[in-house]
Amino acid sequence: MNHSLNPSEPQIAVHLALVDKSFRNGEQVTPVLRQVEFEARVGEMMFVVGPSGCGKTTLLSVLCGTLHADAGAVNTLGRPLHQLPPREVTKFRALNIGFIFQQFHLIPTLTAAENVAVPLRIQGVPARKALPRARKLLARVGLLEKSGERPSRLSGGQQQRVAIARALVHDPALIVCDEPTSALDSATGHQVMDLLRDTSRGSRRTVIVVTHDPRIYHYADRVAEMEDGRILRVTVCSQLENLSTH
Amino acid sequence: MIDVALKMLFGERAKYAMLVSGICFATILMTQGMALFFGILGFSYATMQNIRAPIWVVDPLVQQAGDNQPLRDTDIDRVRSVEGVAWAAPLYVGIAQARLLEGGATQPVMLVGLDSDTLAGAPTRMLEGSIHELRRADSVVVDVQFIELMHHLRGVRLELGDAFEMNDRRAVIVGIAKLVQGMQGATYIFTTWDRAKQYGPGQRKMLTHVLASAVPGRPEAEVLEAIRRGTGLQAVSEAEFKRMSARWMLVNSPIPYVVGVIVGIGFIIGLGVSGQTFYTFVLENTRHLGALKAMGASNLTLAAMILAQAGIVGFVGFGLGVGVMSAFFSILPEGRAPMILLWQIPVTVFCAITLICMLSAVLSLWRVAAIEPAIVFRA
Repeated sequence: MNHSLNPSEPQIAVHLALVDKSFRNGEQVTPVLRQVEFEARVGEMMFVVGPSGCGKTTLLSVLCGTLHADAGAVNTLGRPLHQLPPREVTKFRALNIGFIFQQFHLIPTLTAAENVAVPLRIQGVPARKALPRARKLLARVGLLEKSGERPSRLSGGQQQRVAIARALVHDPALIVCDEPTSALDSATGHQVMDLLRDTSRGSRRTVIVVTHDPRIYHYADRVAEMEDGRILRVTVCSQLENLSTH
Repeated sequence: MIDVALKMLFGERAKYAMLVSGICFATILMTQGMALFFGILGFSYATMQNIRAPIWVVDPLVQQAGDNQPLRDTDIDRVRSVEGVAWAAPLYVGIAQARLLEGGATQPVMLVGLDSDTLAGAPTRMLEGSIHELRRADSVVVDVQFIELMHHLRGVRLELGDAFEMNDRRAVIVGIAKLVQGMQGATYIFTTWDRAKQYGPGQRKMLTHVLASAVPGRPEAEVLEAIRRGTGLQAVSEAEFKRMSARWMLVNSPIPYVVGVIVGIGFIIGLGVSGQTFYTFVLENTRHLGALKAMGASNLTLAAMILAQAGIVGFVGFGLGVGVMSAFFSILPEGRAPMILLWQIPVTVFCAITLICMLSAVLSLWRVAAIEPAIVFRA
């Protein structure tokens, strides 16, 4: 839908500068992101990897605007999310970002097609227009025949493919994926990643994947390694053999 | 997104059924409680339901319909002489003892003596016979419940033309009416005012009320005031006399208090059940709502979705509850069970259900507004 970027930064889809984020539990404050510098380019598949608790998911939440950074600048698709009011950030997410969650988060009472249509419905597109578009996307992920089924009647892999269709249905410029393969077996995980790569290849869509599944690292164009709330290093695909596995 | 909200609601049939059942149960609880409360209060003015007259003139000390303070016979003429009074008729209401001719225990009844000329205040729902037969000697019109009671207690089914005794005087049934029972289950027996003097307990003054009506076109309030000033008696409209009686019962009888407490508890339980049920439903959907929020659904959109769900659940649950209660009331023996389904009761219950649905929706909205969309990234 909205792939237009700020002309001043045409090649940078996401840029985080000196971002801090802490969580407070009573008196106890736990810093999760510390002075994070992060960049994802337009059209690339960027992986964020690292051990559990290193801040990967928090980084993902901050860059897509579901969490507000305590400090630093968050520029996503040319919009300064750290400066926008929450309502604007919500609207921005609806228009520009596709989500793929670890637990799929499909609504169990909706059919596959209705689930895929949700991002369009959020934008106010009526069902009669949203559902045909959703079926097209389901056909693209090979699940057209399942469009009338509820998630409970689909396998884990099929559910994640529905979630991919849902993430793509409104043609977002950025897709964020949180552990997209962790709930899937190895073969299904590869199928899902193939699908994700195929649906994004050739477009100016940026895909950011948070994972600690080394089996899928080779899908990345670049990989950012995190530890203790910081980006340790960014590795390009050709140097992947040097990447530490967690 | 409203249709998505409704699909989320209807899709989980068990939860939806539980939600609707909760509201339905609350509606039943509140409706029957209030109907019982007003039914019990209705006992206090049963006399006015059986004897209809626009204006009631009574002793100034009378506070409620069951308080039959005697008046002087001349008070009838004093009321008639007040300007604006179209007609005035004597009335006797008091306890008498009925007994079968063949003897046995007596049965307390509420004896009503009507003006023999006008029969003002006569029962309006005659099942058998005619009220005009009251002009015959020894005649009485009895409540159908009196027939049932005598059959049940004495084993004799009385019919038209049968006789029984009151105060050792023969009373012949010339009519059977459908009447409302008063307190202690006393059934009403109608006769003429003159004859009531014989059937009732011997006392010097046998006039307890004067029934009257205003001249057509004259404001009733004005005539009531004129009667008060002209006679020194208490003149009240039928509606006001009912209110006085109900108020007196509320203040002086423990029954409405006890019933009121039960009704109040039922009301609170009903509200609690429906509110908690809906709130739980929203809580169970928190992750889905969080996912929608992450994908860009605004708080306003989620609020509309939740309000739509609450509205539908409330409306369907209330409709079912009222339907069940209407069916229940339709099979209740008329006039026996102390329950009255006034139209105000479903309206009140609807308001209460709407209120609780909206309250629980608002609570849920507060919860939803507090949901961090990032919650969906946590496993």
